[in-house]
Amino acid sequence: MAAPLVELKDIVKTFGSVIALNGVSTSVDKGQVLCLLGDNGAGKSTLIKTLSGVHIPTSGQIYIDGQPVTFKSPRDAQRSGIATVHQHLSIQPLMSVTRNFFMGNEPTGANKWLGPLGIVQKDFADQKAKEEMAKMGIDIRDPNQVVGTMSGGERQVLAIARAIYFGARVLILDEPTAALGVKQAGVVLKYIAQVRAKGLAVVFITHNVHHAYPVADKFTILKRGQSYGTFMKEEVSREDVLNMMAGGEELAALEAELKEFERSDTAPSSRLEAGAAAQSAVQDNRG
Amino acid sequence: MATTTPTSDERVREVSWFNRLLSRPEFGALAGALLVFIMFTVFSWEDGSSGFLGWRAVTTWLKFSAEIGIIGIGATLLMIGGEFDLSVGSIIGLTSLIVLAPIVLYGWAPWQAILITLAVAVLLGWINGTLVNRTGLPSFIVTLAFLYIYRGLTLVVTRALTGGATRVDIQALVGQNGIEDVPQAREFIRNDWLSQMFSGEVWGSPQLVGFLGNIGLIPVTERRVLDPETGQRIAMELPIIDGIPVAVGWWIVLTILAIILLQRTQLGNWIFGTGGHAESARNMGVPTNRVKILLFMGTAVCATILSMLQVFEAGSSEVLRGQLKEFEAIIVAVIGGTLLTGGYGSVAGAFWGALIYGMIARGVEIVRWMPNDWFRIFLGVGLLAAVLFNTYIRKRATEAR
Repeated sequence: MAAPLVELKDIVKTFGSVIALNGVSTSVDKGQVLCLLGDNGAGKSTLIKTLSGVHIPTSGQIYIDGQPVTFKSPRDAQRSGIATVHQHLSIQPLMSVTRNFFMGNEPTGANKWLGPLGIVQKDFADQKAKEEMAKMGIDIRDPNQVVGTMSGGERQVLAIARAIYFGARVLILDEPTAALGVKQAGVVLKYIAQVRAKGLAVVFITHNVHHAYPVADKFTILKRGQSYGTFMKEEVSREDVLNMMAGGEELAALEAELKEFERSDTAPSSRLEAGAAAQSAVQDNRG
Repeated sequence: MATTTPTSDERVREVSWFNRLLSRPEFGALAGALLVFIMFTVFSWEDGSSGFLGWRAVTTWLKFSAEIGIIGIGATLLMIGGEFDLSVGSIIGLTSLIVLAPIVLYGWAPWQAILITLAVAVLLGWINGTLVNRTGLPSFIVTLAFLYIYRGLTLVVTRALTGGATRVDIQALVGQNGIEDVPQAREFIRNDWLSQMFSGEVWGSPQLVGFLGNIGLIPVTERRVLDPETGQRIAMELPIIDGIPVAVGWWIVLTILAIILLQRTQLGNWIFGTGGHAESARNMGVPTNRVKILLFMGTAVCATILSMLQVFEAGSSEVLRGQLKEFEAIIVAVIGGTLLTGGYGSVAGAFWGALIYGMIARGVEIVRWMPNDWFRIFLGVGLLAAVLFNTYIRKRATEAR
């Protein structure tokens, strides 16, 4: 079998005395969605930052197409085709669609000798931004419109379209649905499926199993800096994933605890009703 | 989603034409400039003409606007890049000393002093930018420190060079190189290929004005001028203005260059990105630290251009030159629609902002019945109105769904 597009082997990352990641391994291939699940503090962000070049792993190795690589900066990772779409940090709301789309990669055409003083080919940039957004199914009326006028889901799509346009092979989506409503989240999930269909590898970070399950092909579950395991979708049900994420026994204990609350709730609730009745009586008197 | 994408009709377009005009950052400043212009034209109306529109009056308020506008350009670009520079005024003081002292005390050619001073300006900007980048402190604090440091340095060095005075004066040239009096000293400084660009009038404009005076388009009056051949002062019939002040030329040229830089170039996009959200711009590969250093350099160079314009006109560098100019630069940027938080703004807006500032400052003097003391009140109210308007615009831009 050919080597997967991206492979992480025994990644360890420590910050001083804190062990953020302790030997995590996983992989993702072309046309595959890897879902990275874990509770807050499980090490999802650290793993992603390691893969996108923000952190350098303390030990362990990243492989791309089977070749070992070392990323010293986010720029290095981008050159290898790894693009990260951060939840809030990718898009500037006060700038236009075009300016956002080409941020850092402005097309200056032939006048490269001017360096950053090169004149941006605005018509080309406007047209491309519009086209690429249209490919993702969003019709931009005016590429000079300020991104602040777009919805949260559309902004995510802009960041995704941009990453694809600039040659991303691996797309890392950091909590893309966290701040979105149900409908908006659905829109983003649809685009994730679309990106997979284009043959990109997608790493989708979330703690919401209900968003992860429909689009994922593969799950890696992180717990306290360690990998709880990597499973293909065929192997596990939604409930299995949820149980593993929260920790099966812990969840059972929690359920038992919640039952306790339910039982003790019944008695005081009648007292509460009495209180409410007394209050409305006072209001009646005032009226 | 998709409420902004048109589902059907033309109606959306019509509204958006007006909205687009409203949401241009410079719109408020342009409207304000028109308002102030009309106001002073009417207020100064006497005997069938407006004192505010007289040749000499226009030259006066244009020149004053230009001086503020030049530093306003630097401040605007820097503010769009997300930083402040409060050391602008002190840089004006320091560089006016650095440019004049070598000429009058050590016999340098003016062009040598000018080039060295511009290099020093770049260095001062580099220091500001590097410190802000390295320390991560707000530029407000870092440059506030340099406001005091540079002003103090100017005082210390001026006193040391002059043996206790607080100004270096062109007078010191008298007696060197066969220079006999102050007018000759001025002539000596002005007769330099580079210092010509910082003194007098825009190239060619005195000839144009002379021509317009001859054919009667500009009124002439009897004025006393220096006869270049005899060195005597003689009376001549001359147009009431000498030409377009060179500061106005610098202002317009720098404004056009800055607009192209910001709107059209790659660096312009980086400036917006750096000010809007530095981390996301960095993630996209924008060298935000270098952008900031460049912007601080630009601010310092703008300040230095102004300081040289003033020094070559006044013929002296005073310790307090440029005081409070840092705030005037920021006022001009804010009136022009630039956000204090960065990432949004316009150089054209700063142009109109400087014009508003200049028209009010000089207009109050031209309108006879208006007490000069009102100037600061007008300015404060104008500033407040501009900020309120900007906040409103930003809300429209970000919240309209």
